[in-house]
Formats: sequence, structure tokens, C-alpha cells
Amino acid sequence: MACFWGRHTTEDRITLEKIVKAVFPLTLSLATGRNHVVDSGNLNFPRSLSKEPLPPDLLRAKLAGLWSRIVANIVLAAELPAPTGKELRLGEFLTDRMVESELLNVSRDQAGNVAGIFPGREGDRDILVTAHLDKIWSDSQDHTVEVGVDRLSGRGIADNSLGVAILASLPLVLKELGIQLSSNLILLGATRSLGRGDLAGMRFFAVNSSRPIAGALCLEGVQLGRLSSSSLGMARCELTVELLHPSDETGRHEVVEKHHSFLAFLLELRSKYGDKADILIGSLEGGEGYNVPPSEITTRFEVRSQNALEVQRLVLELRAFAEQLSGDASVRAKLEVLATRQPGGLDESDPLRQIVCDVHDELGIRTVESPSISELSVLLDHEISAVTLGLTKGGKLHSRQEFISLSPLMDGLIQLIIILVRVDENLLSKRRSEEHGA
Amino acid sequence: MEPEDLDLKIKTWLSSHTFHHADFWDIQELVRAKEESGLSISLCIPTLNEEATIGKEIVMFKSELMDRYPLLDELAVIDSGSTDATLDVAASYGADTYLSADILPSYGSNMGKGENLWKAIYQLKGDIICYVDADIKNIHHRFASALVAPLLYRPEIQYVKAFYDRPLTVSGSTRPSGGGRVTEILVRPLFSRFFPELSALIQPLSGEYAVRRETLEQLAFPIGYGVETAHLIDLFLDRGLDAIAQTDLDKRVHRNQTTRALGKMSYGIMQAFFSRLQRRNLFSDQLAQSNCFRQFEAEGKTYRLNSAEFPEEERPPMITVPEYRKKFKHDE
Repeated sequence: MACFWGRHTTEDRITLEKIVKAVFPLTLSLATGRNHVVDSGNLNFPRSLSKEPLPPDLLRAKLAGLWSRIVANIVLAAELPAPTGKELRLGEFLTDRMVESELLNVSRDQAGNVAGIFPGREGDRDILVTAHLDKIWSDSQDHTVEVGVDRLSGRGIADNSLGVAILASLPLVLKELGIQLSSNLILLGATRSLGRGDLAGMRFFAVNSSRPIAGALCLEGVQLGRLSSSSLGMARCELTVELLHPSDETGRHEVVEKHHSFLAFLLELRSKYGDKADILIGSLEGGEGYNVPPSEITTRFEVRSQNALEVQRLVLELRAFAEQLSGDASVRAKLEVLATRQPGGLDESDPLRQIVCDVHDELGIRTVESPSISELSVLLDHEISAVTLGLTKGGKLHSRQEFISLSPLMDGLIQLIIILVRVDENLLSKRRSEEHGA
Repeated sequence: MEPEDLDLKIKTWLSSHTFHHADFWDIQELVRAKEESGLSISLCIPTLNEEATIGKEIVMFKSELMDRYPLLDELAVIDSGSTDATLDVAASYGADTYLSADILPSYGSNMGKGENLWKAIYQLKGDIICYVDADIKNIHHRFASALVAPLLYRPEIQYVKAFYDRPLTVSGSTRPSGGGRVTEILVRPLFSRFFPELSALIQPLSGEYAVRRETLEQLAFPIGYGVETAHLIDLFLDRGLDAIAQTDLDKRVHRNQTTRALGKMSYGIMQAFFSRLQRRNLFSDQLAQSNCFRQFEAEGKTYRLNSAEFPEEERPPMITVPEYRKKFKHDE
């Protein structure tokens, strides 16, 4: 049976010609030595690749030769539990891969982030490639991965084991293709991204990194074609309605009634704010069994808007309502805001955003733009030019049957490589213009 | 042999022929030893409807033991005629796939794992063949590398068997093993009774083992479940206990078999066991019939032998006891 990338059957299948067309400018520049010169020094790049363009068959063969190792990395990353705040083992896996690839300064910071530097030819600019390490699943849940003909399935396989595995595989892929960028690549596995983690790992990195980041790519497993270049304003909230005195059995019905009122108020606000803001209810939790009312009910939700003021207004209204509910002596309603994001984003004409759109276009990938509330928002807050990309197609997210398709992953990898190369070219030409200007 | 001498022999063998996978963590070093030995290694996975687990096994072995470290020269699946996607999945991740029936067709085709293992000797090229079952959920490259390793370093060893789920000593008591019911209920008692030395094999039925070709080609293969039991008996009788070794691979997660399925397995094992006794004419007194039952516990990498004597004494039928006959007036 043929290799995966020889078996595209999906509608937006990337033809060989398109791949070659997209990669040839890069390989031609390798040949002329203008931009991405292959260095056969410390990093042991294949010397021959620096001399001539990659013929299409060789390109395919080079990547095909790495397929088992890439899939193995996805399986290994997915089978290591990494609940938010407990990413140590997955971080160790990433560290091992970075050390094996001879990255420089491989280290773990105080927030548990794992970072390493893939040195560039000139090394005077840094491009960040990052993926969050944590998954929504607890470490006691089964993380076994099933490997099918064209799909991997299991908890957390898409969010974000695939992102971590591609981060771990990227140095190997670049070496195999004989690509050495002019800029350094900083690879970062970020901790405590999800839920109450509130992007703590990326925040720590952004505040404490001594190196200015010239551009950043955040990797998420799905969906291929995703482009996030803006961050929504967001407040992540948890409302708990509970008995003030747990032994007060008579108040249980009131817990249910008050929680019901809060939900009705949430839905009312949603209609009231219309396009200006959205409320996403993520989970409802309370009670055991069928016939005893719960003593506590928790609702987890996010308020999102492109306007920070709308988020603030909405949260204020929710707080006031929660206080009003708590007026009764036997039941308390407590609203906690666990995480917030400021809205922001790249201009439509931003070179990084433009590069991604161009590369998608050249590869026949349909770009789907959507704002993000993940690592991207921290980077944008720090005025770092950044986007979030999806790597393949997948589905049943956040369930036990979560899956990713393998055929489109080849497209996702090529997308990533070309975007990196173009960003690097862009930085290099910008620097040369600056030098000429000076 | 006196029970004390036998215990000493088993203890000596345990310390010299029992390995732990952590002893062979350095795969680069194994590759060096392999190159020095000039031996080639084939990995064979016998299958029948294993689409859920085969892909991961192929990916992990190919990635870690072929692409990253060139320890394996061949990775093959030999299938008994799966009706699911087993062969497609295996081939798509780079395994060589064969239908058992297509190998040596003039010898016919039987259903059974032993059949696949036997045909693998003809089909595969390696000087060492490592067999790994296809139903392992927590697959890791150690399932092959740590079995092959003793053969690369110790020329006298011919056959290396895996063991897992070892009984751990917790608070002075032995934790019952999570698997291996047929081993504990059938095979260990049989071995203790008839081939006491073989009771030193902690998991005699495990489907993972590595063997030198020169030994494999001399062995007969029952086609069904009895193949591992038959191999151990034949190897022990022909080449002695020192030709066999075992490696601790820690935990193995696999499908749980129904009691009904275990019954079938036990029948196959009994069939192979007693045919060995019959074929070698061992039903007579020359077969050492031990009254000592041997089990094992482990603490870390130390394996402790526990022996218990079961004196063979029988009471006669009550009707032959005069007092009984008198009391119940049988002679009147």
C-alpha cells in the first residue's frame, strides 16, 4: 500500500504539482545560496541538498522516510497524560526530542515550559514556534491511542498532542529537508494553557524571555486551514450556586431554582447583546443520581467579544445578578472570573498574516479565519506578530473518540515549513533594507 | 535430583538467565553489538483480526527500531486470514504483510498461531526471529529490543522469553498477577510436577520471545495454543535450561480473554503437553514427578523462589477399612 501522502482522496487534495510549485521557490533559493544556505557543520545537514533543488520525488521520499517517526511522536505525546499543571512527563518527552535533535539551550523554566533553540545561519532574529502541552483530561483517564489506516484516535490526540508532536518533530523534518533558516527557531512547549491555567506558561515566557521575538506560530492539531490572527476579549467564569450550610437539606430545591434563574438570565443577556458579545456555556455540574436535589451546582462559561468594554459590562451585570441571588440566607451564588483576554489582532496587511494566506492559496488549502483565545492572545498582548495554525483535519474534539486524519497532515507539515521559510525570508529582506537605509 | 538441589539450580538460573529491560535501555549500544555479531534480526507479528492494535505496534517498532536505530532488519506480519483491516493497517505503516496460507502452500494451511510462527521461519530472513503478539495496547520498543538483546551478548542462549505483570511483594504479601490465569492454574502446576526446572519461567505462555534461527529450525510447532509450552519442553530436554533466558518487560496491557476462551487455550496446552510426554515416552518412572510446587515473587529486580511440598498421600476407600465394615455391618 502506498504511503499516506500518496493516497489523498479528499476534495481539497493538494496535487503534487502544487506542492512542488510551493516548495520550489525555497529549493531554488537553496540552490543559489541567496537565502537559506545549508550548513553541513555542527548540525550535520545533508550536504548535497545545499547544492541543488529537491526533485519532487526526493522531497516526497525525504518526508516519507520520516513518517513513522512523526506518527510515533504523535502516539507517544498522546499517551502521556498532561492535565493542566501536571505536564512534567510530556515536557520530558519534548525535552528528549529536543536534545536528540541537538537543539541549543534546551531547558525547563520556572513555569515548567520546555524550550530549545534551533540555531539559524545568522541567528540575529528569533522566530517562536509553540504548542501548549496541557490537555483537558485527567491523568487517571485512559490515554491509549488507536492507530488506524489513516487516522489516530484517543483522548487529546488533536488538542494538543499533535501540536506537541509536530513541535518535537520539526527539527528532524527541517534537517531532513536540508533547510536551515537565517533566523533562530525557538521551540516552546507551553504549560498551564487551558481552563484555570489561564495561559500561565506563555505569560511567564512572554514576560521573562530576554530574546525579542520577531514572529510567532502557535500550533494546534486541528483544523487544517485555520488562521487565527486576532484575539477575542474574553472572561472565563464559573458560577457556583450552593447551600450556605451543607446540612440544610431543605434548601436544596432552592439551589436548583436559583441556578435555573441564573441560566435564564444568561440566555436573556445573550439575546440582549446579540452580535456585540457571545456567551458560551461549557459545562453544568451538580448532583448525584435521580431523586435528591443537589447541594451545589456549577456552571462554567465564557463571555466573548471583540470589544473589551462589552465583556466588562456583561460581567458586571452577571455579578450584580449573582449578588442578588445570594440575598437569601440559605443559598449562596458565587461568580468567579478565572481568566481574561484582551481583544486585539494583526492588521489585514500584516506580513505574517499575508504569508499564511498566500501559502494556503498556493497549496490549495482553504483558509478559515477565526479569532483565538489561546497562546496567541498573550503574544498579541506583548505586541508580537503571531498567528495560530491548524495542522490537519480531525473531529469529535474533547471526547474519548477524538481523532485526527493522517493524509492532510502532510499538507499541514508542508504549510508549516513554507510559512517558516517565508517568514524568515521576510525578516532577512527587512534587515537588508534597514542596512541599506543606514 | 533432591528438592534442595533443584531449588539451588533454579535460583542460580534465575540470577544468571533473568534480565530486566532496563539492562538494555541503550539501543545504540545494542545496534553496535548487533553489527559486531553480524547477525540479522526479523520481527514477526502473527495476526488474526487485530486492526485495533496492529497499527501502533508497527509504527512504534518501525520508528524506534528501524528508522531511529537500525536494530531490526525486517518487520513482518503473518496473518491467518483476518476479515478486518489488519493487513491494510499494517501495510500502510510499512510492515511486510503475508498471508499464512500463501507461504509453503504445498504443505497446506491450518488456522492457528503456531502455524504462522512456523511459516515465518521459512518466509523471514533473519538469523534471529523475534515474535511479538499483536494485541498489546501499551506497546513499546522494549517488547522487541529487550528480548533480542541477550542473544546479542550471550552466544549460549538460544531462546529468550518475555515476562510481565510480575507478582509484586506488597506489605509482606504477594499481589496476585493481573493476567496469566492459565499459567498459574495449569502450566505452572504441570511444570512443577513434571519438569520442575521449567517452573522457573515466570511467564511461560507469553507470546513474545526471540529465538536463534538455528534453534527454531530444529523445533516442531503445534499449530495452536500449545506452541510455547511445546517449545519450552523440547528446548529443555534437548539443550538444557541454560539455553533459555527470560526478560522482565514490566507491564503489558492487553485484551482480557473470557474464561471460555481460556478453556480452549488450556485444552490446546494440555494436548501439546501430553503429546510431548507420549512422543518422548516419558509417561514411565523416568520422568521426575516432583511433589514440590514452585511460585515466584519479585522485589525490584530480585526474583524469589517459593517452594511448597505437597506430600502425595491418599486414603483408601472407606469400604476397605475393617472398623468401618464392622460398624456398618458389611460382613454380616
